[in-house]
Amino acid sequence: MVGLIVSTFHRTVMAGTSLLLGTTGEIITERSGILNLGVEGMMNLGAAAGFIVTFRTGNVLWGLLASLIAGVAAAALHGFLSVYVKVNQTVSGLALTMLGVGLAGVLGKPYIGQQLPVKLQAVELPLLGDIPFIGELLFHQDALFYAGVLLSLASWFFLRYTRGGIRLRSVGENPKASESQGVPVQRIRFLCTLWGGAFAGLAGAHVSLSYSTSWTEGIVAGRGWIVVGLTIFSLWNPLRGMMGAFLFGGIFVTQYILQPLGVPPNLLAMLPYGATLIVLLLDGLRKDKRSLHAPAALGEPYIR
Amino acid sequence: MAGKNFPKKIQIVRMEKISKYFQGVPANRDIDLTIRGGEILGLLGENGAGKTTLMNILYGLYRPDGGRILIDGKEVTFRSPRDAIRSGIGMVHQHFMLVQNHTVVENIVLGDGEAPFFFPQRVVERKLLQFQERYGLKVPPWAKVWQLSAGEQQRVEIVKALMQGADLLILDEPTSVLTPLEASELFSILRRMASEGHGVVIISHKLEEILDLCHRVVVLRKGEVVGEAETRAVTKEELARMMVGRSVVFSFDWKPAPKGEVVLQVEGVSVRSDRGILAVKQVDLTVHRREIVGIAGVAGNGQRELVEAITGLRKVESGRIRILGKDITNQSARVIHAEGVAHIPEERIRFGTVPNLLIYENAVLKRHHFAPFSDVLFLDYGKIKSHTEDLLEHYTVAAPSIRVPMKHLSGGNIQKLIVGREVSAGPALLLASHPTYGLDVGATEYIRKQLLKRREEGEAVLLVSEDLEEILELCDRIAVMFEGQIVGTLDREEATVERIGLLMGGVRGNG
Amino acid sequence: MAEADFRLGGLQISLRWELRQKQTPLLSAFTLLAVLATGSLCVGLAFLLLGVDPLFALGKIFLGSFGSLYGWKETLTKGIPLFLISGGLCVAYQAKFWNIGAESQLLMGAVWSTWFGLRFGESVSPGLGIPLLFLVGFLGGALWGVIPAILKVRFGMSEVISTLMLNYVAAEFVSYLIVGPWKGKSKYGYPYTEDLPKHLLLGTIPGTRIHYITLALGFVISLLLFLLLYRTKFGYEVRVVGESPEAARYAGIDYVRTAVSVMIISGGVAGMAGVGEVAGIHHHLSYPGNISAGYGFTAIITAWLGNLNPLGSLLSGLFFAGILVGGDAIQISLRLPAATVHLFNGILLFVLLLGNFFLNHRPVVHIRRR
Repeated sequence: MVGLIVSTFHRTVMAGTSLLLGTTGEIITERSGILNLGVEGMMNLGAAAGFIVTFRTGNVLWGLLASLIAGVAAAALHGFLSVYVKVNQTVSGLALTMLGVGLAGVLGKPYIGQQLPVKLQAVELPLLGDIPFIGELLFHQDALFYAGVLLSLASWFFLRYTRGGIRLRSVGENPKASESQGVPVQRIRFLCTLWGGAFAGLAGAHVSLSYSTSWTEGIVAGRGWIVVGLTIFSLWNPLRGMMGAFLFGGIFVTQYILQPLGVPPNLLAMLPYGATLIVLLLDGLRKDKRSLHAPAALGEPYIR
Repeated sequence: MAGKNFPKKIQIVRMEKISKYFQGVPANRDIDLTIRGGEILGLLGENGAGKTTLMNILYGLYRPDGGRILIDGKEVTFRSPRDAIRSGIGMVHQHFMLVQNHTVVENIVLGDGEAPFFFPQRVVERKLLQFQERYGLKVPPWAKVWQLSAGEQQRVEIVKALMQGADLLILDEPTSVLTPLEASELFSILRRMASEGHGVVIISHKLEEILDLCHRVVVLRKGEVVGEAETRAVTKEELARMMVGRSVVFSFDWKPAPKGEVVLQVEGVSVRSDRGILAVKQVDLTVHRREIVGIAGVAGNGQRELVEAITGLRKVESGRIRILGKDITNQSARVIHAEGVAHIPEERIRFGTVPNLLIYENAVLKRHHFAPFSDVLFLDYGKIKSHTEDLLEHYTVAAPSIRVPMKHLSGGNIQKLIVGREVSAGPALLLASHPTYGLDVGATEYIRKQLLKRREEGEAVLLVSEDLEEILELCDRIAVMFEGQIVGTLDREEATVERIGLLMGGVRGNG
Repeated sequence: MAEADFRLGGLQISLRWELRQKQTPLLSAFTLLAVLATGSLCVGLAFLLLGVDPLFALGKIFLGSFGSLYGWKETLTKGIPLFLISGGLCVAYQAKFWNIGAESQLLMGAVWSTWFGLRFGESVSPGLGIPLLFLVGFLGGALWGVIPAILKVRFGMSEVISTLMLNYVAAEFVSYLIVGPWKGKSKYGYPYTEDLPKHLLLGTIPGTRIHYITLALGFVISLLLFLLLYRTKFGYEVRVVGESPEAARYAGIDYVRTAVSVMIISGGVAGMAGVGEVAGIHHHLSYPGNISAGYGFTAIITAWLGNLNPLGSLLSGLFFAGILVGGDAIQISLRLPAATVHLFNGILLFVLLLGNFFLNHRPVVHIRRR
């Protein structure tokens, strides 16, 4: 029984880490006012870049770096178009998804079925890892998990308790007021988009370097869309995003455990998307529209 | 709390021969203005007089086309508000620049260059409390801005400016969103600031306020300085006359006509503004056939909300509105239009047209669902197009063809088309809101003639305008709105520029 | 890109982009051609980078889809759902209601019609059954499409998010049905429903997979939607709402009615496409990915490329169907993965976005002596 709990937990963490990374990044992007629907594309590119580079160099670190760069490059395209050319962000994001999924699929074709010589290993944290039970649960995970958790906490802190965070949030709420206070709205939005891309890339890397055993077409399997939903579900709060990531990751994992008990896995898989809608719906019931959680200027091109 | 380096405040700001043109039209012409530290200066004038433009120049939002600015004898050039802020000038605009969803503290942190990177809120909270001590500026630091009243939000803007080091504070129409109590609280704060050596400039059109609060007043009209005085040495009447100017030559088109039946009846109507406070307070108004009733007054005193209530674009809180006896209170815009109310909107391009659609598509904008323009499902483009051709001809609209996008027309032609569109339906009531604003002389003349024609043909016209020339030229009766109420109604014979000016400035009638 | 300033010798040069005042048909045509040319160029470049001869590949794509009879047959087959869906999207997008849920609206149409066919199919004649099939499919898609409209007007929820989320809810629902309650008993473990009754299957043109009833519907409906948008009162109101919500309010146009109506149309039409796919191609309900096959997303591009005009989107739908078929062709012959077609779609959409920008803005250069 304990073994089942521990292994379920491990797998939940495994499944949730990429969601965590992607969501934390996308929250920052959206908080600055830019809607990036291209997460699925960026994650695919990160997964492919990470896999290919790791495969060829035999070194996971190069792979991680490659996936980070891939994510940033992809995001730069969407960021440039959204911030400076001021195109329709929905369409640009969808285009990025198509581009990313397609490019990753094409680049990854030769590697289908191949396994990595090295994978991202679980790292046991000294001291912390020795704590009975909890140590095994929490502190025997791979580096990206730790990075994700730290990042989530850091993002939350940054947004709430630093001057930079306040400026970032203001840019997403009211760019005009921010500009009038001397805040460089366009620069901040572009940088935040790049930041989101970096973490989408790493999220993809986690899928191909840690979660999966070999490369398959469609390896990311729609996680990017769950990230988009998760960003909203978390009401743009990184801590809630972290909880949500593992919650949804847990759903992923328990889908198949509950199946023999008669719970249809597909209905369970609907939950993340349905939950997002419900959360947003409840938020929309607020009496004063000005107190909604969504950044007020999200998705609107800012024209000076 | 002065600029970064010096505790010393600005002693004197001089604006010399400032000029500013917008597309050839002079907004400011050779204006000289002096502001001293420790003094509260009032800048008086109607809308369009150039007051806001002048102060925007001082705040670095605009670059002057001519003239210069000197602060304590040194010439300065501002390329943006940041330069002005750094020189110790702060401005509180009529429309606040606050992030509604953030707390007061977070809004102040946004512009505060000196706040620390980590936990800036604590430092700012402390500074905020200091300000409360010093100036009596009470704001709840941790409230979200949207929860605050307009007066409190304004205070946040003032604190923001002060904390950025403003020695000279400019406020644009500050009491337009305040209750009388909040206004008097504001005045105490400003007096205290002045006694501390700050300079204060109040842009306003309200005579009593200026006389109450300010030490000196400068009057602007049509972009020029037309008068200057110490407030203790001048009367309201003198100020009113300076503000609105001498009487104007009347056109001779106007002939007296017997009033017909009542068309529009507004009874005890109150309407809320977007902010939630009452913009229209218990207004009564009637308009008969064969008369033009004018609503005079500086924009922002409830006229827009009243017009929207009558045309069905805004909810009426209390009271009744009747058209030809029929109660249309809170009916939809479509129903009200069907009852015979036509509306020439204030922002003609944004509300009155669909710029990207073609002229003939715009020509039927509100009537598209009526015969003969459509039957059950389909639009009859043949009839629409011929109607449009008629409109273009009858209302002398200059357009290359009716198949051209609406946005290609000039302002004057757009308005002529809108007037034609609204009027050709033969409405019982024509509501014209600032119909000649921004138009050239020819178009203006034309539109005014049209309004008179409506009157001749037996319609009722309600004209909302800030242009006193227009009001005096056209109207049978003139009602003046101030702070949401009708503070006086004058018949044509008894209306003079001075009397209207006084009412517009908030000085109620003597009777 | 929006603004750039730099110095050259003694001159100050600045670049700004201004909104164009005029958009002549010549400019629009030119931009369209430029978009297609640049798109092809980029795709060719992509091929080059992938180690494939671009001219050969591009040629294969166009020959594969338009160069042979077989190609044309396949292109028309793939075009059918695109014709229907993009017409409906044109209507929604002209009201600026960003429906990206056409995938799920198609699926729900497929679901409802499958239910109807399996449940009642035996007891109706084809003359009655097939129209009912389409009606039921329309209803299924329409009801699913109305949900985001209600969410928007009542709860202020962005339709982008709601339609997106509902896409995945519907996909999972279909997956659940095909492995669960609707699993076909005669299907030997495949996740399919039973086949629809034979007499309800849509007839195809002999020798092709073209289910001609749906094809005809595609053309007819596109024409009807064109008339709707440009000839009826309702279409006029849709366009006013999309172009200027303020003017629409002033004109007394009811936004709620407009939003709900365009989604009924857009969702319903996508639902009908779903009926076509089930009753015409697959004959049963199976994996959502197989049924909707990205048509809902591709239709977004074709609607845009067609300038949000239902007749224009017929042409662009044909073009994109050709790309899909050509994509299949080179996939087999050049051994490129299926994902290649996504890559092209993405490139084309980006080029389209840029093209739109150029259509609406023109560069203005100021040169001043310093």
